[in-house]
Amino acid sequence: MGQPHQYSYPSIFIYGHRASGKSHVMHVLMKELELSHATVSCVECVSIALLFEQVLLSFFGCDAASLLPRSPSLSDFVRVYRQQCSQSPAKQTRYIVSAVEDNVTVILLSEIAWDKFRPNTGCFEPLLLHFPDYSKSELQQILSQNVHPSYSAGFYSAYINILLGVFYSVCRDLRELRHLAALNFSKFCEPLAEGKVKETDTHKLWKHIEPHLKKAMQTVYLREVSSLQWEQMQKEYDDVDLLHLFCLLKGLSAHTHVELPYYSKFLLIAAYLASYNPARTDKRFFLKHHGKIRKTNFLKKNEKTSNHLLGPKPFPLDRLLAIFYSVVDSRVAPTASIFSQISSLVTLQLLAQVSHDDQLDAPKYKCAVSLDFICAIARTVNFDIVKYLYDFL
Amino acid sequence: MLNETICQQSYFVQGCEDAESSEIRFRLCQELWDEIKTDTEVLQDELNRTILDSLLDFTRKCSSTRQNSDWTSQMRASEIPTAALMLGVNVPDHDMTFQSLSDMLKQSVSPHVASVQAKECGALKHLMKKVLERLMDTVVVVDDEDEEENVETSPRVHRSMHCSLGILCDWYTARTKKSPTGTPGKKRSSQVRDEQQQPPVVIIFKDLEAFNPRVLQDFILICSQYIDRLPLTFIFGIATSPSTIQHMLPHSVSSLLCIELFQSLSCTQHLATVIDKLILASRIHFKLNGKVMQVLIGVFLYHDFSVRNFIKGLQLALLEHFHSQPLSVLCCKKKQALFNVTQLSKPNLDRIRQLPSFKRYVEKQEAQEQVNLMTDDSHLKEVCQQLIKDLHKYHKNYYPILRCLHTLTSSLPRYPLGKQIRELYLICLAKNVWENEDYQSAMKLVKMLAKGEMVSLLQKCVEILQLSKSKKMKNALVQLEELLAKFKQLDTSIPSPIKNLQKKTDLFQLQKTLLEMNESRRAKRLSPFENLRNEALEFIDNLVKSHLSPPESQPLYEVCYYSSSATVRRHLNATPRTSIQAALSNPYYYLQNDSLKSEDGTVSNTAPDICIAYKLHLECGRLINLYDWLEAYSTVVSAAEGNDQDSENFGKVDEVKHARFIRAVSALEFLGFIKSTKQKTDHVARLTWGGC
Repeated sequence: MGQPHQYSYPSIFIYGHRASGKSHVMHVLMKELELSHATVSCVECVSIALLFEQVLLSFFGCDAASLLPRSPSLSDFVRVYRQQCSQSPAKQTRYIVSAVEDNVTVILLSEIAWDKFRPNTGCFEPLLLHFPDYSKSELQQILSQNVHPSYSAGFYSAYINILLGVFYSVCRDLRELRHLAALNFSKFCEPLAEGKVKETDTHKLWKHIEPHLKKAMQTVYLREVSSLQWEQMQKEYDDVDLLHLFCLLKGLSAHTHVELPYYSKFLLIAAYLASYNPARTDKRFFLKHHGKIRKTNFLKKNEKTSNHLLGPKPFPLDRLLAIFYSVVDSRVAPTASIFSQISSLVTLQLLAQVSHDDQLDAPKYKCAVSLDFICAIARTVNFDIVKYLYDFL
Repeated sequence: MLNETICQQSYFVQGCEDAESSEIRFRLCQELWDEIKTDTEVLQDELNRTILDSLLDFTRKCSSTRQNSDWTSQMRASEIPTAALMLGVNVPDHDMTFQSLSDMLKQSVSPHVASVQAKECGALKHLMKKVLERLMDTVVVVDDEDEEENVETSPRVHRSMHCSLGILCDWYTARTKKSPTGTPGKKRSSQVRDEQQQPPVVIIFKDLEAFNPRVLQDFILICSQYIDRLPLTFIFGIATSPSTIQHMLPHSVSSLLCIELFQSLSCTQHLATVIDKLILASRIHFKLNGKVMQVLIGVFLYHDFSVRNFIKGLQLALLEHFHSQPLSVLCCKKKQALFNVTQLSKPNLDRIRQLPSFKRYVEKQEAQEQVNLMTDDSHLKEVCQQLIKDLHKYHKNYYPILRCLHTLTSSLPRYPLGKQIRELYLICLAKNVWENEDYQSAMKLVKMLAKGEMVSLLQKCVEILQLSKSKKMKNALVQLEELLAKFKQLDTSIPSPIKNLQKKTDLFQLQKTLLEMNESRRAKRLSPFENLRNEALEFIDNLVKSHLSPPESQPLYEVCYYSSSATVRRHLNATPRTSIQAALSNPYYYLQNDSLKSEDGTVSNTAPDICIAYKLHLECGRLINLYDWLEAYSTVVSAAEGNDQDSENFGKVDEVKHARFIRAVSALEFLGFIKSTKQKTDHVARLTWGGC
C-alpha cells in the first residue's frame, strides 16, 4: 500500500466465503498501520446518500455529515470531502472500506466473486485478492483458541476434533461452528462432572457425545429447534429421554398443517388441479358423459413427462372457478366472499398471481403448494384428489 | 361521542316501524350491543392470555440471557430471539390479538414496541422508516422523491435524521442512560429491575407471508449487526405454517434467528367459546333463530373463519331486530320488560294479537278467555306479563339442560348429535329434539355406556346444574345427585355373581350356578346397574322433553328471536355479480319505474342504454362486431323514441346515439363484460359465458 504520502491503488477487491477472516484481517491491518478508515456495510445503505453520510460521519464526525445536501450526488460528496480535508490537520491516505475518489483506496469485501459485480459500462479493474476457505486443521486451530476457562486446552481441542468430525461435512462456517461448539460443550462435559471419566479418556467421551451431536445436526443446525430450547432440554433431561423427546418434539418444518375454511380448501384443490392437469383433459375429469378417452389418445409429445416434474402451470380465473363449481358438492353462489378467499389465498402464498394486478383482464394464477399438502387438505374434505390428477391415471 | 349516538339514533328512528317506541328500542339495542361488545373483549383477552403470557415470558427470558456474560454466551453467535406466533388463517381477527399483545408488552416488558405490516413496507427503507418512527415517535426523513414537499415544511431539525439502525442505536443508549430506573418496572424485584435497564426492543411483523422476502432478509442482516448494542426481539405473525420461515429465508439468514414457536388457539375453539358465552346465555335476551344461526355459522365455516365477522353478523341481526320489530321493546331484562308491557300502545297490543305464537296460545284457551284476550287490553297486558315471565324462565332452564345433553352425547361414537354444542343447539332450535332420529340413536348409545363413564358424565351434569339458580333446575339437581349416590352405592352393596362363583368348589354346584346364570341372562333380567342406568336416562329424557322444546312453541317468542335469515344472508353474502346482472337484465328491480316493467325477461326498449347494450351483447358470440352492435342498438332506441318505422331516418345513427352507445359500451367494459381484442380491431371480446 505504500507510504502514507504516496498515492495508493484506487481499489482492492477481496472476496471469499463467509467467515474466512476477511474483515478481521482488514481491521487488524488498519489498526496496526494506524490508517484512518471508515467501514460501511452496504446492505444497510439503502441509498447512496446514506452511504456518503456514513463515510463522512466516521471520518470527520457529525458536523461534516450534516453539510451534505438532501439527496446528494457524487460531486456533492467530493466537495464536502475536499472541504473537510483542508480543515483536518493530518493529511494522509485514507482507506475507505467501500467507495470513491481522491487518493482514497476503496477496499471491497465480498462473498461473491468480482465477475458478478463488473458493471457493463467498464471501469477501473480493482486489484483482486482471494481469501480461500479454511481447511479442517485450520478450523480446528482457530476453534481451539476459545478454551473454556475451567478446562484444559488439550481437552477442549479434543472436543473440537469430535465436533468437526460430525459437522465438517455439512458446515464450514467458522461462526456457525463456534456457535455449535458452545451449545454442546456442556453436554460433553457431563460425564466428567459426574466423575465417570477422566479428561484423557477421549474414546468414552466420544461415545457419549456422538449421537447427541448427530441429533444436533438435524435440529439446531437447521434451526428446527431454537438454541434456547436446545439448551433447556439439555438441562432438563438425561440421554435416553432426550432422544425420545426429539421424536416427539416437532421442528418447524413438521408443522405443515394449515386450517382453512371449507370453500378455501376446495378453491385450493381446484387451483391444484388446474395447475397440474392439461386444460384439454378437464372435459374428461369434470363432465359426466365424457366418453372413454384413453390416456394414450391425447398424449402429446411433451406431455409424456410428468406434469409434477414440470411444476405448476398458470391458469385463468375462469378455469379455476369452473373446476371449483364442479368439484364442490353443493351449489355455491358466486358471492364476494368466494372471490375474496381467492385473494386471501394469494396473500397466504398458497396461490401465486402470475399476471399483473388488473382484475378485469382475466388474471392468471399458479398453485404454490406441494402434493403432500394438497392431499392432506383433500383428505379433510373427503375428496379423492389422486383420482382427478392426470399424472396418476 | 354524544353527537355520534344522537346521529345514530336519528338514523335508527328514520324509516323505523312504530316511531313512538323507537327511542326506547334504540336505547335497548345500544345497551345490549355494549354488553355484547365488552363481553367479547373480555373473552378475547382471556383466550389470548395464555399465549400472550408465554410470549411475554419469552421476551423477558431473551433479554435476561442476553445480559449474561459467561463463556457460553460469549462463544455463541449472537442470534436475534424470534417468536413465531401461529395465528391461523383468519387474518381479520389478528389485529385485535396484536393490539392486545403490544399493549401488554408495553405495560410489562418494554416501552419499545413497534409493529409493522407488510403493505406499508414495500422496500427496505420504508420498513426501516416505519420501525424507527414507531420506536422513536418522530418523523424520519427518507430519501424519497415523493416526500419532497414534506421536507420543505418540516423543521430542519430532522434533516440529518436518515433512517439507519445506527441512529436508533444512539437513541436507545441515550434513552437507557437517561432514565436508568425510570421505567415502569420499579416495584418488582431487583433482578427484574436489572432487566428493565436494558428493555428489549420488540418489532412485530404482523403478516410475515405478505412481506417481500428480500426486504426481510436484508432487514434481519442489518439487525444482526447491531444486536450486541441493541437488544432486538422479533415477533412474526404467521397465518399458515412455520415452514414459511424456511421458504422465505435462506439458511444464512435464518441462522441469525433463534426461533421459538407459539401456537394460538384455533379459531373454531374461539368461536365455540364465543357461542358458549354470548349465545347460550340466558343473560343476553336477544336470540337468533335456527336459520339465522345457520347462516352466521355457515359464513364462518365455509368462508372466512373469522370470529370478528361472526360478531359483526350478530350485531347486524341485533340492529335489524330492534329496527324492524316494534315489539322488541319487550326484549330486555325482566323488570324492564314487565314495565314496558304496561306502557304498550294500542297498535302494539294489536300487533301482539297478530303474532302467530300468540294466536296459537289463544286457540288453546277457553272460549270466554279467548274473547277477553282479543278485546280487553288490560287483561291482555296482564297475560303478557305472565307470558314474558314464562319466556324468561324457559331460557333459564333451556341452556343448562342443553349443556347437560351435550356433555352426555358429545363423546359418543360417530357423534349422532354433533361434536360441538352449536350443532346440538341448531338441532334443538329446529324442532322437538326428542323426535329426532339422531336423538334416539344417541340415547341408545348412552344406554351402552360403562359405569365409570356414566358416573363421570353425570358428575359433569351435576356441575352444570349447580351453576343454575332456577327452582326447577335445583330440583333436577337434587334428583340427579340422588341418582349419582345410588350409582356409587352399587360398588359396595351388591356383590357380583362371579364372586359367589369362586366359593363353589363342587363341580356339580358350579355347573348348576352356571346354568342359572345363563338362564337369567336369557330372561334379560337386568342387573341393578342397568336398572339404575335406565332410570337415569329416563330422568334425562324427561328433562329434555320438558325444557328443550323449540322456541317457536313459546308464546311471544318473536319478541326475543330474530328470524329473518334472508336479510342477514343478503347483507353478509354480497353477490356483486348477480346483482349487476339483475340490474342489467331487469332494470325494474332497482329503478322501480313502471315503464320498465316486462314479463318475460325481455328488456323494454325504454330501458337505460347500458341495459339495451347488455341485452344485445348477450346474443353475440365470443367476438362482437362493434358496428353491427351499434346498428342494432340504434334500431332499438329509435323504436323507443316513437319514430315512424317507415321514415327514412329510422334506425339511422346520429351523433347523439353514437355517443350514448360508446358510453354504454365503455361502461360494460368497466364492469368486465367485454374487453378490446387484438385479433380484430373493430371487434371486442366477451368475457362472460353464455350466448351462442
